[in-house]
Amino acid sequence: MELLALFISAILINNFVLYYFLGICPFLGVSKKLDSALSMGLAVTFVMTITAVMSWMINTWILIPYNIGYLQTVSFILVIASLVQLVEMFIRKMSPPLYQALGIYLPLITTNCAIMGLALLAARKDYGFFEAVVFGIGSGIGFTLAIVLMAGIREQLDLADVPEPLKGAGIALIVAGIMALAFTGFSGMIKL
Amino acid sequence: MEAKTLSSEYVKGLWDENPVFRQLLGLCPTLAVTNAVINGIAMGLATTFVLLLSSLVVSLIKKVIPNQVRIASYIVIIASFVTVADLFLQAFFYPISKALGPYVPLIVVNCVILGRQEAFSSKNSVGRSMIDALGMSTGFVLALLLLSSVREILGAGTFLGIQVLGSWFKPWIIMLLPAGAFIAFGILLGLALLIEGKTKKRRA
Repeated sequence: MELLALFISAILINNFVLYYFLGICPFLGVSKKLDSALSMGLAVTFVMTITAVMSWMINTWILIPYNIGYLQTVSFILVIASLVQLVEMFIRKMSPPLYQALGIYLPLITTNCAIMGLALLAARKDYGFFEAVVFGIGSGIGFTLAIVLMAGIREQLDLADVPEPLKGAGIALIVAGIMALAFTGFSGMIKL
Repeated sequence: MEAKTLSSEYVKGLWDENPVFRQLLGLCPTLAVTNAVINGIAMGLATTFVLLLSSLVVSLIKKVIPNQVRIASYIVIIASFVTVADLFLQAFFYPISKALGPYVPLIVVNCVILGRQEAFSSKNSVGRSMIDALGMSTGFVLALLLLSSVREILGAGTFLGIQVLGSWFKPWIIMLLPAGAFIAFGILLGLALLIEGKTKKRRA
């Protein structure tokens, strides 16, 4: 039951994009077309889940027992960078269609602060193994939800008459603000 | 012959190539920690520290780093300085470190810093890299200061915790919420582009 609450809160209430402001760069950069937004969301969800597992193992089995918590930042970023590389090679070998679909979005994920943020937040909240995994999957789905909704709105916005200086990022940010406002409606639904 | 004077190398970071308003880099910390001016300044200074020292080290050892592993090397250099900044804040400014939370270690993925190493420090002399880093950080601090001032004044009626608007003012709580960050930044971005468009017309 608690895991379910954590899962839903990671998707809706503490949404990575709209609540923690993580992953804003791809959120603004890759949200112009619906299908590329979906691919990006799937790639992020995939990597987030694996990152949650890996960072939990490193934190619990290496950093904490040897009392080297100050290496957290360095070790997490290195793990994420190599993980993305490995995942990319693995998918290319195992599933060329999936590799085609994710395309350039996979390498871009290394610099996505949502992944690093996930590892850090999970470590800070002292999640157990299953909690960390659920948190990873939920956060990934939350990111996908936000970016896909955003892409849907932006496809419509192309047809709207937006004032010249607000075109592009400006109006996208304001739309994101209104979306964040709508998502605050979910807060209080679950008490953690 | 040097193509650009040193002062123009500094000034470009303030407006023409401002990391936040013109390049749209480093948006996560920009939006996340600007609910109070003090947090914005702390984040700006921490980023300045990391950017300056990383640029110094990268421009010093740029000839030693093999091209294939340069990004990984930059990340390790940046992550080391981020750890220093994080531990320093925890030791001496604990309340601020608490308020900034995971966003201090997240400086490591701030694209402003990695972007400057790749685009500038790896190709230029130590002196020019330092000036470029200083200009970019000043631009970053100014952007954070601007956004956090708007949000704190409208959201709480205070500036650095001091009451600036009278009791007649009803605080706009939305400005302190995530939604306010997006909306305020979107409008400021529009204003910046408007000013840019106006000045360009005048210059032409």
